[in-house]
Amino acid sequence: MSDPIIQFEHFGFQYNAQSEPTLYDINLTVRKGEKVLIAGPSGCGKSTLAHCINGLIPFSYRGESSGTLKIKGKETGELGIFGISRTVGTVLQDPDGQFIGLTVAEDIAFALENDCVAEPELHERVQRASRMVNIQDHLGHAPNELSGGQKQRVSLAGVMVDDVEVLLFDEPLANLDPATGKTAMELIDEIQRQTGAAVIIIEHRLEDVLHRHVDRIVLMGKGRILADTSPAELLSGSWLADSGIREPLYLTALKYAGVTIRPEMHPESIEALTLDEEDQKKLRDWFHAVPPAPEKPARPVQLRAEGLGFSYPGKGRQTIRDLSTQIRQGELLAIVGTNGAGKSTFSKLICGFETQQQGTLQFEDEDLAALSIKERADRIGYVMQNPNQMISKVMIFDEVALGLRTRKMPEDEVRERVEETLKICGLWPFRSWPISALSFGQKKRVTIASILALRPKMIILDEPTAGQDYRHYTDIMEFLTALNRRGITVVMITHDMHLMLEYAERALVFSRGRIIADTDCAAVLTDPAIIREASLKETSLYELGQRCGLEDSRAFVRRFIDYEREVFRS
Amino acid sequence: MTNIFNYIDRPSPIHRLTGATKLVCLLLWSFAAMATYDTRLLVFLALLSLVLFRVSRIGIRDVSFMLGFTAVFMVLNNLLVFVFSPQHGVELYGSSHVLLRLGGRWIITKEQLFYHLNLVLKYLATIPIVLLFVCTTNPSEFAASLNRIGVKYTIAYSVALALRYIPDIQREYHEISQAQQARGIEMSKKESLVKRLKSASAILIPLILSSMDRIEVISNAMELRGFGKNKKRSWYMARRFTRWDILAMLGSALLLAAAILLNVYNGGRFWNPFI
Repeated sequence: MSDPIIQFEHFGFQYNAQSEPTLYDINLTVRKGEKVLIAGPSGCGKSTLAHCINGLIPFSYRGESSGTLKIKGKETGELGIFGISRTVGTVLQDPDGQFIGLTVAEDIAFALENDCVAEPELHERVQRASRMVNIQDHLGHAPNELSGGQKQRVSLAGVMVDDVEVLLFDEPLANLDPATGKTAMELIDEIQRQTGAAVIIIEHRLEDVLHRHVDRIVLMGKGRILADTSPAELLSGSWLADSGIREPLYLTALKYAGVTIRPEMHPESIEALTLDEEDQKKLRDWFHAVPPAPEKPARPVQLRAEGLGFSYPGKGRQTIRDLSTQIRQGELLAIVGTNGAGKSTFSKLICGFETQQQGTLQFEDEDLAALSIKERADRIGYVMQNPNQMISKVMIFDEVALGLRTRKMPEDEVRERVEETLKICGLWPFRSWPISALSFGQKKRVTIASILALRPKMIILDEPTAGQDYRHYTDIMEFLTALNRRGITVVMITHDMHLMLEYAERALVFSRGRIIADTDCAAVLTDPAIIREASLKETSLYELGQRCGLEDSRAFVRRFIDYEREVFRS
Repeated sequence: MTNIFNYIDRPSPIHRLTGATKLVCLLLWSFAAMATYDTRLLVFLALLSLVLFRVSRIGIRDVSFMLGFTAVFMVLNNLLVFVFSPQHGVELYGSSHVLLRLGGRWIITKEQLFYHLNLVLKYLATIPIVLLFVCTTNPSEFAASLNRIGVKYTIAYSVALALRYIPDIQREYHEISQAQQARGIEMSKKESLVKRLKSASAILIPLILSSMDRIEVISNAMELRGFGKNKKRSWYMARRFTRWDILAMLGSALLLAAAILLNVYNGGRFWNPFI
């Protein structure tokens, strides 16, 4: 066994501002060249653990610690945050937020500049690091000229430039589309092989991380380590279900079919998975036993877009090109596609934030062009991704009442309407709370409530579940489904393929300003051409179906979704 | 997206000077132009700045917006000076050659016109050089330049960061204001000032809150990569001084010296042709 590089011994930590410790009795060793995934639901302490490893704790966030944490045999207290940063390189979650330099080259050079590395060496090392992550052709680019994946490469180069021995990734997949996420995991794997660095990944998207080999998974819950074992062992146990982490979809399907997951089946990835004839038969039998969901009756068209064309001033290419589509009343619809494909612009045209140069938009036989932003908002609500971008009041009640008050509704009516909305949104118990006391997910609910108070017939949500763990994700999505059952049309712009598969009835796939597919989600996520063009990822269920000798694997994916919805509904 | 640094990359000797040189020259030049009202020197500076503009290959069209803006400001400034102190020239130069009586105190004199000429020349001597600096200095190099002339690098870097984040914050402001308009926050000029201030808070509070998140991320990212570790740091974009840098700075220093010498020789800031 190689030397330990990070050693926690009976380590505990409590933030100064909090009454309870965040970490209890952590015992964890990471050795040179290892690849460790740290998983756990929100609030389990995994980010705090990461902060301890890179030195933000105790040097930026203050608190009381107990036990010991050694990096390369030295106590972190002696090393200081700058000492630790020589050994541990951190790639943070938000690739945009951590981009410091005005250009790629300057950002990569940042750590070296702070070390006073001078001229020829500085340029040469930046070159070398940029080649490692294959960004050397973009050295002069500004951050807004790069895609999310490229920005992440720059962040990676920015820590690689220092020849660190540990690479720490804090939710590396959170802001990437599925295909880019897949490439990111491949890149991390390759970098590790080249440099021999230890890699620690903090992530709750297990299936996506396991796309490449991982030595160990450390599962956390409520500030403690619940399991520290190989992926195969972990996936065969019941730890995941108990701690509210989503297991890989193909395993869920196997469990539905009554297959017991055993470590020797190599459950850690769909590629490695081996199924004996008996298991395959169980899955086939399950497929044939589950009845297909009944077709839903066609509902009237609510929103009709005809020949839309739009380009931002100063940009040559059209962001939306000759786009026509329909959204039906009461639908639960997903809009997917890469960044810049025109998804957000399409929703901005609907809400009236931008005006199309060609084409028309009709909402329930009314031409939207005749309506102002405010008037459209009475029909179609828009919820931004980050709730902090919408909240401007101190109290929940006032925030939800804001839109009604600006519409000069009498105060007693406002009260009645807000109270009703708060009840629908499950915020009634918090009605007299200040917003600052709420969690991120609850704030999200407040912003949705503030839009619902206007009683729109359709709501458009930008990445409704971004940054949420499985439990909160399920909460939000069940809430949206409940709204949908009340007859509100729900349109979600998303990168999350699970969300699409599990909840959306239909998907509009955008690519370069056009809709390249308009069909049910199972069809989208099993079609290689669409997957490639829209930067999505094939669902592992499809391969599972094929492995088990099902001829119509797409029907299998559909069956799984129908069954899953039944399970959730009951 | 507009940036306050409207850097235009063109091959020219002015672009090749380091940012630090250009900053020093700008400071020396503007001190010179501020120090004196000597018409001869101001004419010389104005002409020289036009020549430099030519050399830099920056066209009038590239800076037309800023030029228009300052032209309006200049006209306004002159008008106000005349309205409020029409006899300022007479007081300064100690003689009065009347040209036209508009009634009351408003008498047009040769002295007053000459004073206005100097005022206009001051604009002509400084504005082009400021625009030249803005258009020919790579923003990436600016922080390094500030650090070079003695500003602490932590402060210099905050300037660079502001430049980095201005486009992001502009975009975010735009997005927030759209979403808030949908909720009925009126930002149009039809509303009263009080109402608009109230509306502005509905946009600014979310903007500030999300900017705070941003600041936390960036300061962590910087600290994790060793910002503030040493008293000094190197700069990726820093460039070595060449002969031309030294010459440019010497030339600018000479201009300032000339301005000071003329002030001594003239016995004040004004050159008086009326004696």
